Amino acid sequence: SSWWSHVEMGPPDPILGVTEAYKRDTNSKKMNLGVGAYRDDNGKPYVLNCVRKAEAMIASKKMDKEYLPIGGLADFTRASAELALGENSEAFKSGRYVTVQSISGTGSLRIGANFLQRFFKASRDVYLPKPSWGNHTPIFRDAGMQLQAYRYYDPKTCSLDFSGAMDDISKIPEKSIILLHACAHNPTGVDPRQEQWKELAAVVKKRNLLVYFDMAYQGFASGDINRDAWAVRYFIDQGINIVLSQSFAKNMGLYGERAGAFTVICSDADEAKRVESQLKILIRPMYSNPPVNGARIASMILNTPDLRKEWLTEVKGMADRIISMRTQLVSNLKKEGSSHNWQHITDQIGMFCFTGLKPEQVERLIKEFSVYMTKDGRISVAGVTSGNVGYLAHAIHQVTK
Amino acid sequence: LTADFREDGDSRKVNLGVGAYRTDEGQPWVLPVVKKVEQMIANDNSLNHEYLPILGLPEFRANASRIALGDDSPAIKENRIGSVQSLGGTGALRIGAEFLRRWYNGNNNTATPVYVSAPSWENHNSVFMDAGFKDIRTYHYWDAAKRGLDLQGLLNDMEQAPEFSIFILHACAHNPTGTDPTPEQWKQIASVMKRRNLFPFFDSAYQGFASGNLDKDAWAVRFFVSEGFELFCAQSFSKNFGLYNERVGNLTVVGKNADNVQCVLSQMEKIVRTTWSNPPSQGARIVATTLSSPQLFDEWYGNVKTMADRVLLMRSELRSRLEALGTPGTWNHITEQIGMFSFTGLNPKQVEYMVKEKHIYLMASGRINMCGLTTKNLDYVAKSIHEAVTKIQ
Repeated sequence: SSWWSHVEMGPPDPILGVTEAYKRDTNSKKMNLGVGAYRDDNGKPYVLNCVRKAEAMIASKKMDKEYLPIGGLADFTRASAELALGENSEAFKSGRYVTVQSISGTGSLRIGANFLQRFFKASRDVYLPKPSWGNHTPIFRDAGMQLQAYRYYDPKTCSLDFSGAMDDISKIPEKSIILLHACAHNPTGVDPRQEQWKELAAVVKKRNLLVYFDMAYQGFASGDINRDAWAVRYFIDQGINIVLSQSFAKNMGLYGERAGAFTVICSDADEAKRVESQLKILIRPMYSNPPVNGARIASMILNTPDLRKEWLTEVKGMADRIISMRTQLVSNLKKEGSSHNWQHITDQIGMFCFTGLKPEQVERLIKEFSVYMTKDGRISVAGVTSGNVGYLAHAIHQVTK
Repeated sequence: LTADFREDGDSRKVNLGVGAYRTDEGQPWVLPVVKKVEQMIANDNSLNHEYLPILGLPEFRANASRIALGDDSPAIKENRIGSVQSLGGTGALRIGAEFLRRWYNGNNNTATPVYVSAPSWENHNSVFMDAGFKDIRTYHYWDAAKRGLDLQGLLNDMEQAPEFSIFILHACAHNPTGTDPTPEQWKQIASVMKRRNLFPFFDSAYQGFASGNLDKDAWAVRFFVSEGFELFCAQSFSKNFGLYNERVGNLTVVGKNADNVQCVLSQMEKIVRTTWSNPPSQGARIVATTLSSPQLFDEWYGNVKTMADRVLLMRSELRSRLEALGTPGTWNHITEQIGMFSFTGLNPKQVEYMVKEKHIYLMASGRINMCGLTTKNLDYVAKSIHEAVTKIQ
């Protein structure tokens, strides 16, 4: 007899499972619009030049492989904080923050969720936008938090339901936790405008909510790292002590190296030290200390002026290609003769696009056209190329006409 | 401890608290085979930084489990093993613990007792506690009086333990005592565990590093597999590959049949997805490349033996010096213990003397890391221990 006879087969991960199904497909026209990994115009993974250069520099230094501190590589965590907060940030300059290195964005959210579960006694409720990244819910739930939602996406207009969001948020019980996507909302690609962010800041302040920003696409959304961090910086300027998760998976193409950070803005440097000590106590029984490779590369890039400049150009290049694919998709849909309004495809921003396709239509796209995406109709625009955008438009038109 | 050592200005200072291998020059050592393989990886333009699968790099997982269980393992042949690439040995322990809390001995049975050796690596407790287990106990292990294994105490604890309790077993080179059960003793342990339905969760952080022989260091794990146990084995490649900061580990799962193991892995995937999504690529590539090439494997084995042999040499040199000095007490435990660590038997006052007066840094438990010893500092350390033992009671 076995201990495991009663263990159920788990369902495939909704997002990563798409790639696995795609890999099994033998259709030569197949398209993987599932996972959010950038592809160049040949549909190939793109290793940034600044990353290659950073790797060569690191190799030449012949560094050892001694354990990093629990909180990670200091040059990396400092540079991550500065990237998010801005070099002129009072919070950054005064040192009233703590940033720990994390296992990319997921690891950062996990640390954040566990930290809140342990130390944020006022509430167990985390309010997510509707919809949000699929993995947010299980991460917070596994940490022992409860999930609630606020209106965000309006399926009728494929854009932001701002009045719905403001209405819901104004009713959130005080001292609850609200999670906001800093830019390039995943999965919808719908971001508030700056004027709307200002109103959001005012209402969360009024409700005395703990604000959790998830920023996985800084630089990747508009092509401008400062513009993409605007909301984060504005909130902090308004006196809101946020917590923040960052990922370098997309904006540096460091996916498998797992480079990320978790930041807590504190009242003062002393509080930051105490928070840091507790974060370390959380991290140690999870994986002891973080992996060095991705953090070293990211640190080298952020801290070497030439490489940083090159990085900013490459990030803009990636963002620009995505914007151009959005434009081409819309024009191709028009050429196919589609009568639907596809403006949301170019209004939305970042790697993902909420097409508005229904599950049955998505199923047809997968089965009949080998076009793979998640059931919610989300496509990764990064998987679209000038070579396949015509086929994609054709397929979408076929299932929506 | 390390911080105090760093700030100490005394030129004679010795760090016997370090948790990593050091060369005879007291330096960290990147294994030559690792340097070679990293160069190969850097030169391979077909490689990129894409996400690994949730469970990790397939070539890494298969090779890592093969190293633990042996090429001829019946469990591998019968396809009833699974592997989860993890963030070091700690990560492997955590994923295993999270899974056990959810699926072992019922569903979400946080009351299942978890037994950790007394003493053990202090992080074991925290891993299982943070995974949700409420009842973490110790089992007798170190006998301070006779400076060896308290086998009877250990077996008694296993007899008394509630059925289905989980036991964390050190596969070899027990941390911090360096004292391992003999094969005969392991057989007795396995017999009790089988009869009482206790779950073996092996922590294997020093395979190869302990004796210099991979098979010898894996004997206990493989014996349990041959006895038909279902078990977990958390593996670390931090020490035996010197890949500390790349966080390379593997959780090997041994089940009764292939279907069960697939179900287990699918549930472990869910756990991984909310912990780190997918593991880091660099360290796994290095290990996979090395283990799958006969030539590189041999080179690695040679590097591992270099480390193990240096530790064995330091043990024998320290012991012979203490005996030559006529230091009160017996010192055979220094060479009988195995692996990186040694429980010297020094008491807290003697340790304080070592640290404050002699600038030799070690843990209050009397634990030293043999890697901190070098041919240059052996005499000084031996003399200092002699002083501490004779001056302080």
